[in-house]
Amino acid sequence: MVDIAEPVATRQPSRFRFILDRREVLGGLFVAPAILYVLLLVGAPFLLAVYYSISAYTIYDPSWRFVGLSNFRQIIQNPVFLGTLGNTFLFTFASQLLGLILGKFGALLLLRPFPGRKIVRAVIILPWAVPIALASVAWEWMFDSLYSVINWTMIALGIIDRSEAPNWLGNPHLAMLCVIVVNAWRFFPFAIVVFLAGITSVPQDVIDAATVDGAGFWRRNYQIILPMIMPIVAVGLIFGIVFTFTDLSIVYLLTNGGPINATSVLGFQGFQVGIVSGDVSHGAAISLFMLPVLFFVVIGMLRFIRRREI
Amino acid sequence: MLRVITNSLREVSFYGAVALFVVLTAFPFYWMLITSLKSNPDLYNVTNIPFWFNEAPTLEHYRYLFEQTLFTRWLLNSLIVGLCVVAITLAAALPAGYSLARMTGRSGEALGIGIFLTYLVPPTLLFLPLSRIVATLGLQNSMWSLVVVYPTFTIPFCTWLLMGFFKAMPVEIEEAAIVDGCSLFGAFVRMVIPLSLPAILTAIIFTFTLTLQEFVYALTFISSSAQKPITLGVATDLVRGDIFFWGEIMAGALIASIPVAIAYNLFLDRFISGITGGAVK
Repeated sequence: MVDIAEPVATRQPSRFRFILDRREVLGGLFVAPAILYVLLLVGAPFLLAVYYSISAYTIYDPSWRFVGLSNFRQIIQNPVFLGTLGNTFLFTFASQLLGLILGKFGALLLLRPFPGRKIVRAVIILPWAVPIALASVAWEWMFDSLYSVINWTMIALGIIDRSEAPNWLGNPHLAMLCVIVVNAWRFFPFAIVVFLAGITSVPQDVIDAATVDGAGFWRRNYQIILPMIMPIVAVGLIFGIVFTFTDLSIVYLLTNGGPINATSVLGFQGFQVGIVSGDVSHGAAISLFMLPVLFFVVIGMLRFIRRREI
Repeated sequence: MLRVITNSLREVSFYGAVALFVVLTAFPFYWMLITSLKSNPDLYNVTNIPFWFNEAPTLEHYRYLFEQTLFTRWLLNSLIVGLCVVAITLAAALPAGYSLARMTGRSGEALGIGIFLTYLVPPTLLFLPLSRIVATLGLQNSMWSLVVVYPTFTIPFCTWLLMGFFKAMPVEIEEAAIVDGCSLFGAFVRMVIPLSLPAILTAIIFTFTLTLQEFVYALTFISSSAQKPITLGVATDLVRGDIFFWGEIMAGALIASIPVAIAYNLFLDRFISGITGGAVK
């Protein structure tokens, strides 16, 4: 001990050293790089996006001329945009609902011990782990207009005839169904994991007490366990909603927004207008329509975090 | 007798449901594998049974992928981007997580939540201004733009993850180090970092997988093939005009998927407790 302490004692402690030993100063220095990075590359771009949306900025004419809310007015009057807005909500809620149902059901299955459960869990997590862009390409191949394995199976089973085989990504309604199914497929493993984490955190004696008091399977599940795991399910759902509502990769790769804008969602249209066409101001205005939803989600998240601390 | 029948019926339906889930999740990956190993005449014949080989399997697609495309370049790009982002993220998130957990009290709590909420700001809201900023920095169409931009979501994520870990660590360890003559900074470097290696490893793995999974920023900033990371390259670059090289695409997708799948399975529990803020113990 002595030989460690001695060199420190003999050296004259510098003022620098003294400052660094103050808890709040070092704490501030430690957190500064992260805050700075986030302010510079999330905060500033966000403000920039807001300014773009009320200016006439395009990549061909990078003027900062202020035009007020006219970009938003033009966008709202565009029927394509209104369709996009509806698509985004449909895409989000349908895929989250489907994902939650599949997730709850899958969690019930995985709760019971059986041989090979670890392997099954490892396989079931795959859709969520693997980069969604790569999985989307695999689905695109499965939905192929000519070589679709789904159509082949249905024809082989005699459900449909080759002449009436559906063109999954070419029909507006089926294309929407496809992007919803792929997104639900991607998120339900996450829902399973969240449900499992929640259910296993419910103390066994609570469940035992309910059983002794005569609660059956459904009652235990929906009146005891579900309310207790609600907070964690809410966090999972918030993640799901945010990442679905603002997603563009599934739509971009599977349908490219088509056919005829039938699957266009907010993120995708913002990309098309702002990046592909170079109309930055209108693109930014389209993207900003995500804000109200994000705002509600953030409020939900904050309420959850506060409740957890009480 | 009746009970035996209902019991076995229940077992059968249980395993049937499990099997259904496994098929639902695993089939696209099986489909990648079988497509990548089939010869082209086998692949593009609608009368063939698609689930199995009708002709001898071949490694032709893999050979083409590695020799005739930029696939190895994309792998290298992803590796470089991933490692640089990991370095930046750790340098910022490790001290930040520690500071927010230990040094800044109640305001640290609020600041931590604030940083975490920025993880929820979506790329599709920021890609327009960021693409302008990237262009101003002279990084347009270069993979280094991703090194600059990816920490915007990996730093918040890892700060939150590490903050939860540091909170769970006993304070007595640092106090003992300080009593023994360590400075506050010394206690962090000599005691806290070595003791939190498992958490740091988790942060490294998830930062790396997050960079592999990212698609939107890469799509927005990079258009020349040689600069693409692997996810973007495989998904968008193996198409000539209208012709999709399905065998090669599926081979590339499979190769890129495997490391992420393994990483997730090994570190899943930490990930869940990370994003739910330690609500589950």
